[in-house]
Amino acid sequence: MNAADYGFLCRFLKERSGFVLAQEKEYLVQSRLLPVARRNGLSDVANLVQALQTGASAALKTEVIEAMMNNESLFFRDKIPFDRLRDTVLPDLLKRREPVRQIRIWSAAASTGQEPYSVAMMIADRPEFAGWRIDIVATDISNDALEQARGGIYSQFEVQRGLPIQLLMHHFDQIKGEWRIKDRLRNMVQFRQLNLLSNFSALGQFDIVFCRNVLIYFDQPTKIDVLARIRRVTAEDGYLILGAAETMVGLGDTFVPVPDRRALYRPHPRDPAPVVRLVPDDARVA
Amino acid sequence: MKRCLIIDDSSVIRKVARRILEGFAFKVTEAADGRQALDECVKEMPDAILLDWNMPVMDGYEFLRALRAMPGGDKPKVVFCTTENDLAHIARAMHAGADEYIMKPFDKEIVEAKFQEVGLI
Repeated sequence: MNAADYGFLCRFLKERSGFVLAQEKEYLVQSRLLPVARRNGLSDVANLVQALQTGASAALKTEVIEAMMNNESLFFRDKIPFDRLRDTVLPDLLKRREPVRQIRIWSAAASTGQEPYSVAMMIADRPEFAGWRIDIVATDISNDALEQARGGIYSQFEVQRGLPIQLLMHHFDQIKGEWRIKDRLRNMVQFRQLNLLSNFSALGQFDIVFCRNVLIYFDQPTKIDVLARIRRVTAEDGYLILGAAETMVGLGDTFVPVPDRRALYRPHPRDPAPVVRLVPDDARVA
Repeated sequence: MKRCLIIDDSSVIRKVARRILEGFAFKVTEAADGRQALDECVKEMPDAILLDWNMPVMDGYEFLRALRAMPGGDKPKVVFCTTENDLAHIARAMHAGADEYIMKPFDKEIVEAKFQEVGLI
């Protein structure tokens, strides 16, 4: 792949998804985009680039972006963020939200659904939340990933990584060698396609935001911008949960770390109150 | 160093599992069926057991029930590792005292995740 084509693809991805490709990722681009080119009747990636430059269809542009996304996900991935949810966040919100008995959670890079379903399992297994309204909004830029997430069907291989056998037995049905998450959990999660570069204020206000392993793909100004806009949809006494290996260092102080609780953040008290206060009806889960 | 007993009638599976578990710093012993495995447990009770289901002489389910009835047999963490991948078998195994369940085929990451789950790693 020549430098001009690679440069074009880097700009294309950055503008449309915020994702920043490192200089040495030519092999990744080649391996992921060649199948896209072939599926669309183009002989190689150079021809695909030419098609993008000369007015490709929206469907082809989406296909290129989705091919470059890393949709790898695991149930209870990294463990620490879920420990924070179980040990710190849920006990706190159980008290704070007792008057309304409602919690809204956003999984901002839900990929194929393992993260929001892990959250759903954790809450469903806590009897103290019986009778509460739990809304989990799960978004991702990739329609392909969301389609799998909505179906809630996972291979034997996928359910064995991170998912304890007791949870598999309790929350999944076995269908012809695959595993389908039960409807009561699927109904807790609403999936929506969303690009984090776009305006997401219409999603409403959240008590907990999971934004894990996605900021790493953005450049510094984009990270700061996305975090500032997440701040505006996070309740003043809500929480942000980052990936176990991610920090806010160098990203401003819209969120501040919870002491001794790696990966867990709260909105900076100095910041103005969120603009979005009302939950739109169409963001609700029936 | 924690000790893990691998029980499987396939020498290939035992070899693969040994390599994985030694990578996690386990001292590994092997048995080719449930009877041999019980003898091993009488000699020295392991910390962990990776257990196949279908074996000659004494299968994994029978072994697990016998183990849990032995003095000190409640101590080892038992992780089934079998091609019996239906819910009914999983439920039977868990009811008989298994701690985790691996559905073959498996790899290093799956073994790691399951052993972490029961606190062995």
